[in-house]
This record gives sequence, structure tokens and C-alpha cells, in this order.
Amino acid sequence: MDMQTLYLIVPLAPLFGAIVAGLFGRVIGRSLSHIVTIAGVAVSFIASVLIFQDVLAGHTYNGTVYTWMVLGDLRLEVGFLIDSLTTMMMLVVTFVSLMVHIYTIGYMQDDPGYQRFFSYISLFTFSMLMLVMSNNFLQLFFGWEAVGLVSYLLIGFWYTRETAIYANLKAFLVNRVGDFGFILGIGLVLAHFGTLDYATVFAKAPQLARETITLWPDTPWKLMTVIGILLFIGAMGKSAQFPLHVWLPDSMEGPTPISALIHAATMVTAGIFMVARMSPLYELSEVALSFIMVIGAITALFMGFLGIVQNDIKRVVAYSTLSQLGYMTVALGASAYSVAVFHLMTHAFFKALLFLAAGSVIIAVHHNQDIRYMGGLKKYMPITWITSLIGSLALIGTPFLSGFYSKETIIEAVKLSHLPVADLAYWAVLIGVFVTAFYSFRMYFLVFHGKERFHHAPHSHGHGDHGHHGGTPHETPWVVTGPLLALALPSLAIGYMTIEPMLFGDFFGNAIYVADRHPVMHELNQEFHGAVAMALHAVTTLPFWLAAAGVGLSAFFYLKRPDIPAAIQKRFSFIHGMLVNKYWFDEFYSTVFAKGARLLGGSLWRRGDQAVIDGLIVNGSAHLVERLSRLVKAFQSGYIYHYAFAMLIGVFALVTWFARLT
Amino acid sequence: MFGQSILSLVIWVPILAGVAVLATGSDRNAALARWVALAGALLGLIVALPLVSDFNTATSSMQFVEKAAWIPAFNVHYHLGVDGISMPLILLNSFITVLVVIAGWQVIQDKVAQYMAAFLIMSGLINGVFAALDGILFYVFFEGMLIPLYLIVGVWGGPNRVYAAFKFFLYTLLGSLLMLVSMIYLYFQSGGSFDIQTWHATALGMTAQTLMFFAFLLAFGVKVPMWPVHTWLPDAHVEAPTGGSVVLAAITLKVGAYGFLRFILPILPDASHEFAWFVIMLSLIAVAYIGLVALVQADMKKLIAYSSIAHMGFVTLGFFMFNPMGVEGGLVQMISHGFVSAALFLCIGVMYDRLHSRQIKDYGGLVNRMPVFAAFFMLFAMANAGLPATSGFVGEFMVIMAAVKVNFWFAFVAATTLIFGAAYTLWMYKRVVFGSVTNPHVEDMHDVNAREILLLGVLAVCVLAMGLYPRPFTDVMHVSVVDLLAHVAQSKLP
Repeated sequence: MDMQTLYLIVPLAPLFGAIVAGLFGRVIGRSLSHIVTIAGVAVSFIASVLIFQDVLAGHTYNGTVYTWMVLGDLRLEVGFLIDSLTTMMMLVVTFVSLMVHIYTIGYMQDDPGYQRFFSYISLFTFSMLMLVMSNNFLQLFFGWEAVGLVSYLLIGFWYTRETAIYANLKAFLVNRVGDFGFILGIGLVLAHFGTLDYATVFAKAPQLARETITLWPDTPWKLMTVIGILLFIGAMGKSAQFPLHVWLPDSMEGPTPISALIHAATMVTAGIFMVARMSPLYELSEVALSFIMVIGAITALFMGFLGIVQNDIKRVVAYSTLSQLGYMTVALGASAYSVAVFHLMTHAFFKALLFLAAGSVIIAVHHNQDIRYMGGLKKYMPITWITSLIGSLALIGTPFLSGFYSKETIIEAVKLSHLPVADLAYWAVLIGVFVTAFYSFRMYFLVFHGKERFHHAPHSHGHGDHGHHGGTPHETPWVVTGPLLALALPSLAIGYMTIEPMLFGDFFGNAIYVADRHPVMHELNQEFHGAVAMALHAVTTLPFWLAAAGVGLSAFFYLKRPDIPAAIQKRFSFIHGMLVNKYWFDEFYSTVFAKGARLLGGSLWRRGDQAVIDGLIVNGSAHLVERLSRLVKAFQSGYIYHYAFAMLIGVFALVTWFARLT
Repeated sequence: MFGQSILSLVIWVPILAGVAVLATGSDRNAALARWVALAGALLGLIVALPLVSDFNTATSSMQFVEKAAWIPAFNVHYHLGVDGISMPLILLNSFITVLVVIAGWQVIQDKVAQYMAAFLIMSGLINGVFAALDGILFYVFFEGMLIPLYLIVGVWGGPNRVYAAFKFFLYTLLGSLLMLVSMIYLYFQSGGSFDIQTWHATALGMTAQTLMFFAFLLAFGVKVPMWPVHTWLPDAHVEAPTGGSVVLAAITLKVGAYGFLRFILPILPDASHEFAWFVIMLSLIAVAYIGLVALVQADMKKLIAYSSIAHMGFVTLGFFMFNPMGVEGGLVQMISHGFVSAALFLCIGVMYDRLHSRQIKDYGGLVNRMPVFAAFFMLFAMANAGLPATSGFVGEFMVIMAAVKVNFWFAFVAATTLIFGAAYTLWMYKRVVFGSVTNPHVEDMHDVNAREILLLGVLAVCVLAMGLYPRPFTDVMHVSVVDLLAHVAQSKLP
């Protein structure tokens, strides 16, 4: 089998599974549906591993699958670019997807939409693979929108829940706001480069580095800045960056497996991947990079704060995801693309793990998601407990664990960055370390330690109340714990194993481009003396102690003195209210944009269409004709002598007129 | 045997089939009328197929040309021919006609023969519009097609059908009378010819071009319809039966847009350039203003009608970008909108047949009772929102790409459709399909039957195929469009 066939198999195998389970799911039944989809993703994973080895051997590929459209010299194509960045993403996507597929057997076992769910997650895997394997902007946009579609379908999976179908519409529309910028960015690329093919665009970029465009009179903008910011607006939607972050917490209305797969590990990182892929363009605009860094810093810090006050286990993890995506974005801004992608990878494993573990807890406590009504689960669910602990430790950056290497390097990269906004961003990510540790372990302690409060849950909300509410929690079946263990391994070790080749070796080679005037990676490399030395050295650095302080404080607050956080909450009720209300972004958007658009639409319709156009002009002219015709009708009396008289007058008038002429 | 007269067949087979359907008489023979109509529609599609298989994509000159003297005294000819611009539209029309006949199969129980005949005759006349190369012949077909459509709305329509039919008829007639005046002027200017291609070469002064530009703009703009002469469309849709709405949205709107490419741009190139800003402005208003208006509609048909106006705004916007990407994007959008709007109106028809309401508020939770239908509806809703891999994406994408090249802010306004299009379509979908069943009547609704699955399935295949592989469409159009643009780039001022 040649490599091109293998490339095709990677996305098509999950697509095949999705089609079979989606169209014939009812015919072939539940187990055949999950077998065919899992097999599809497994094939895809194995093929990705083979391709990865091939790429490691130095074989990259850039070629066309088919030509979508030809317009004269312009060819728009569907094709693959297979290099180290792509293969890394392929491995992450197919591995996490495979784990989530297996996990779903356990998590969704009682759900009537079982086959549909498998079809969707396989379709998602296909779309995500098309996105990362693309060699051009068109297909990138295709994958971009396709993952958005599947996300929409999955957030609204339980379509009778009002909150779910609100959340999925919101997610789609907020993403569309991002896509609005994205497509304009693509349009500028096409207009100025004359092609949408990555390789050609990247090769031509340096020539256009000084090109300016005039968006409004007398204000020339650097073309690369405009393209960079517009494309990044797309990333802000997809990767839920401030101020387009509002959809991600609500997306937790979807079943937990997809929160792990789509809203933590893969889809939301598409924006990060995209910017890394476009590094040859972004390197040409420091304005765009600064913009990225500011947005990332705001997201990293302020979304982290929100995690502190959440009581829904999934929402805590969701805000943590937002914050971590902010970290990745900050790294992009610092021109440390490989570090951002490295954090993307480690985060994919430990965050998928945390979500799946949260799902396991949710199963055990009968679909209650409120951490105030959990506690002491450690002894009932040892595997979930230990894997959650690993995930949390990785997340807060414990030395030797995967998250440590990536997060520590991001902080260092920001410190070294020369962008004018780097100082602010540095403080944001530094404080973020403490915040992350605090909310992560607040959740951990409230769930697994302390008093058992799960018998006091006020009601068991969620999609299925199975009627055995109040029973003792017990460990979930192997289809659930198996994936947890499988994800715990990379959460522990992947950072230690891969930091050297990925960041300081030539793994990424030409896939990521960094200009010489942004020497951050180079300087990081000089500071780096091996993974072990880095972990040992960490004990002397600020982030380590900040994380330790976060863990210690949360242990003190939530295990020893729960009265203190309660008192703080009362004392600073305004701040607490602000955090609980998520800085009022939802209220602001729904009032200004959602209501505003309907108000504007309504008044355009009533005033513009109905009153002016129809009322005044269309029906108005009809009425005018009617009035005129009434007037004319008066002359048509039907009496012959009236007509004769009029004729006579007419003849008389004409004759007079002619007489005067001559 | 018919090799030389394919276009005549394409026009006259449906018309004669329509006459044959009429001959089946009263509703006692309704079943016969339906089968004859289906056979006629299918035959109409089959005779049109050689247009695709024998089409030469390498030339921009007219193909399948037929020419015979018709009214020698005024030099009027029965002159037919197609290029890459008109050929796809004829196919689309012949194809949609088959669907419309099937769509009316069970729903129409009153005056079946007349209903089917009206559609078949209209189909032939519309093919005539797209194939005519003689001004008078074009005008006859152009006006002729209004009559069956007027009857369809006026006879089989809803409670307010007479108002809607009149509004529609007067609106469109008003515009086309000015067009007739322009044509007569062109006849004299061209030295006594009604040949459209001769008109393309006729030199015209700026004043004449300007006056005719606005005359044609009104004639075709009403049909498209462009803002602000669009208000007949929502009314006509609301009152029309499902089949009428399908043809109205999928085909008749395209007649107006086609007029831009066959008349306005090539005959009046200088005025077209001069007043491009005006058309672009109206098109952008259509996209943004109408997008917002669509958001607040409570009636599903009105919502899709407004959505049609916004989507047709992309067509006219693309045409006046004066580059192949824009013009072909507009053409692709026309074809795609033919599929998508037809499908959406059929979807509304499916719901209306069961609940006899088009109000969004009467629905909710449809997916619980009609999962197969919900899946189809989702696909078409996404196509309407311009999701990639559906046909709805292709044209919008091309026009936005073309617009960025001309002026960033044109593209900026046009791209708001990504947000508005998704907002009005998916918000409607949410309220109609998702959620729990609240209306007890929805509880009794049964899922789509085989006939409906056939209709929606065929359109689903078209929507996906065109989205995944639009190349055959642009290949057909490209040479003709490039030639047209080269022609439009040359001044005709004497």
C-alpha cells in the first residue's frame, strides 16, 4: 500500500463508520454500530502511527486529492499536507477519539440515541482530520465549519433539553462570528496571493511583508497584520478566546464524552493549530502577534478566575480549558508556536482525562454534577480517583508530569518575548498558575476527599434518572476506566519524553517557521539542559511555589476550614457575583446582539418593508390609481348626451386651436 | 432525428405535455392526469440531457442554435441557443419540474389536471426564456410564464391569494413594460434587428445606456427580486401552494438574474460600470437588511422567502464584481439556491400537509416524531446557512472572495450572511424541530413517506454533490463568463 492511500484511509475510515452508524444504525443495532465506528477510528489511529513513523523518517507530503474547482489559473483543491505538525495532530486526534469512542460504550449505554452518538463522534473525527491534514485554506475552512457543525449537533444531542438547544445555537452563532473574520482573512489571502495553497502562500509571504492596504482613507494597514488578525478572529471563535469565549462553558450541555473530545482535546485547539500552521504569515506582523498575546493573556487569567466559583464539575473543567487555551494563545503570540502546540498535545491528554474522569464521577453519583454534593469518592472509585489526581497534577504543572513541561516553557517564553505587551502577559500567566492550582484542587478535594455529601443531592438532574438515586457510588465499568488509564499514561510521561525533540530538536523542522528577529525559541534552547534538569530546577522557580500555594490554600479552605471561603464569599459579594455571572458577558451579548438584532430586524420589517415600501409605495400607488380611476369614472356616466356634449366641446376647442395656429 | 432541434424539444415537450394533461379533463381522471404529467416532466428532463452530454465547454459561442424567420416584417426570428450561462439553468428548470409534479401528487386534489398542466406549460416557457436569442421571442416567453404562475398562486393559493397574485403580476408587469420600450429602441438603434447578439454589438450613447439600464434594472430587479422591489415575494410565497413556492424560488427568481447577464451587462456595458455601485449597494442591503428582517419572521414561508432575497443579493453582487469568480459565484449561487430553496419549501410543505400551519410557534419538538424528516431538514438548513460541503457554501464563498478583491468593505457586509444566515435559519430550526413536543397535534405527525423521502433525498444528493464537487458547474460556465466579461470591459460609446 502506498502512502497516499494510507493518507486517504485516515479520514475516510471514520467517515465510513459515521455513515454506516448514522444511516443504518437502527438496522444494524447498537453493538454493530459501535464496533464499526470504533474500528474506523482504530484503523485511522494505526494509519496515523504508520504515517508518523514515515514522517519521522523524513518523508513529508504535499499533494492534491481532487480539484474542487478551476477558474482559469486558479485551482481550488482538496489535498493533504503531511508533515510533523500534521502527524502530531493526527495522532492526538485519533488517539483521544479512540479512547472517547470506547468510553462512550459505558457512558451512553442507556441512551436511546446511542447509534446517532457514535455516528456524530466519528463524523467529528473525520472533520477534524480533514482540518489538520489540509494543505490549503479552503479545506481548512471546510474542516473548520464541519467540526463546528458536529459540535452543534452534539451539544444539542439531548434535543429536548431547553438548555442544550439554547447552548448549541449559541455555540454555532458565536463561532460564526469568528468565521466571519476568518473568511475575510481567507479572502484577503486569495486577493493578494492569488492562491489558497499553503505552500505557495508561505513562499510568497516575505515578498508581501511590506505590502499595505487601505481600509479607510489615509490609514494604511500592513497587509499581514490585517490578514493575521482576521484569521485569528476565526481562531478566537473556535478556540473560545475572550471575548468569543461565551459558548464553551454552555457547551457542557452536551454529553461528557464529547466535552472531552471536542470541547477540550481537539476541536477547540483548532485555532491554536491554525495559527501555528500559519506561522510564516504571523511572523511578519508583530501587531498581530501582540494582539494574539493580549487576547490569550486575558483569556488565561480571567477565565481561570471563573473556574473558582463554579460548582458544576464539568464547568470547572470547562473554565480550566478556556484558561489553558489562553496559555497556548499567549505562547503563539510569543512566537513560540512549537511550545503552544506542545501544550496543545499535553493538554489534550490530561484534559480529556479530567473530563472523562468527571464523566465517570457523574455516572457514579447518578448524573448529579454539583461538586458540593460529592465528596469522599476516593474510596469508592480508586481508578477514577488516581487518574483524576494525575490529570490535576499534570494540569497544575507538577514537575516531571506532562503539563509541567509545556506550561513552564510557555511562561519562560513569554518572559523572553520582546513584544511590548509581554510584561503584562507574563504576570497574567504567572498568576494563572496559582489560580489553576487553586480551582483544580478545590474541585479535586470537594469530589474525592472530605465528607460524603452525595446522599444530600437535592435532585438528580441530567438526562436519565435511573431510579436508583441514593445508592452507594461504585467504580465504573472497564470501558470507562480503561480509557482513563490509557490517557493517564501520556498525562504522566508525554512531556518528559517529548520536550527535547519537539521543542529543541528538529521535529517540527520546516512545519513551523520562526523569524530570526524573534529569538525566543533560541534563547529557551540555551536555558534548557534536559528534561530532568528542568524538573529539578523548577523547585527554585516562582511557578512551582505558586502552584503549591494554590493546592495548599485549597486544601486548607475546603478540607479544614470551609467557613473561610463562605466568609470571603459574603465579604466580597460583589466580586463573587461578578464571577458567578461570568462578568455579565452573556447578559450583555443577549441584550445587545440577540435582542438588538431582533429589534432592528423587526423595525426594518415593519417600518421599511410594510410601512414605507408596501404601505406608501406599492399599495399607495394602487390607491392613487384607484383615486384617479374614480375621477375618470365620473366622466363615464353612460349618458349619450354627456358624451355628445364633451365631443362637441372637444371639436370646438380643436378647431379654435388649429385656427390660431394658421 | 431531433439532433438539430434539442432546444425546441426542451421548450415544446413540456408545453405539449401540459396540453395533453389538460386533455385528461376533470378531476374524475385525476390519477391519469398525474401520470401523464409525470411522464411529460420526465420526458422534458430526458430531452434536455443532451444539452449536458453534447455541450462543448471550450467555446463561448451559442450552441444548439436554431433559427427560423417568425415575423419577417419586423425581422423577428425564432432564434434559440444556449451557452454556459443558460444551459445549467435549463437543466435546473427541467429537473425542478419533475420534483414539483411529484410534490403535488397527493396534496393537490382539486383541479389536478389544470394544476399539473400549469406547471408543465410554465416549465416549457421558462426554458424558452433561457434559450431565446431574439428579443421579442424572449419577451413573449418572459411574459408568458407569468400567466401560469399567476394562476397557480391565484387558484391553488391560500386565503389572501388574490391580493398576492395581483401584487405579483402588477409588480412584474410594470417592470417588463419598460423593458419592451427599451427593446423597441434597441431595434431601431441596431438597424432593425431583434437579435440579442446583434444588440450586444450595437453602439449606444451614455444617455441611452443609462435610461435603458434603469428600465432593464427595474424589469429584472423585480424578478430577482432586489431590495426595495422585493415585497411581492414574501406575499406570493405565503399564498402559493408548495409547488408554486418551489418553482417561484428555484426558477423564476433566476429569470431575473439571468436577464442581468444576457441583457444589462453585455448590451449596456458602460452604464453597467457607471452604475455598478448602485446595484452593489442594493445587493448589500438585500444581504444585511433582509437578513435581519428574516430573523423576526413568524411564518416559515416568509422566513425562507426573505432568506431567498438575501441569497439572491449575492447573485447580483457577484455579477457586478466584473470578475470570473464573482460572476460564476453568482451563477453557482443561482443553481444552489434552486436546490436549497426548493428543498426548504418542500420541507415546509411536508409540515404544512400534516399540521396545516406555517407558523413557527405551532411547532416544536418535531424531531421526536419525525426523525428522518428532521435529518433532511437539518441538511437543508445548514445548506441555507452556507455550510461548506453543501452547495450553499460554494456561491457565497466565491462571491465573498471576489468581493474582497474589489473592495474589502463589500465583502465585509456580504460576509455578515455567515452570521445572519445561520441565525435566522438555525433559530427557526431550533424552534420547529428541537425541544419537547408542546402542541398535541405535533404528537400525531407521522414521519416522511416514501414519496417525500424520494423528493428530499434527490435534492439532498444534489446539495451535497454540488458542495463537494462544484467543478463541473464552473467548467461549463467558465468560458462563457470570461467571454462575457471581456465583452463588458469594452466601451460601446460611439
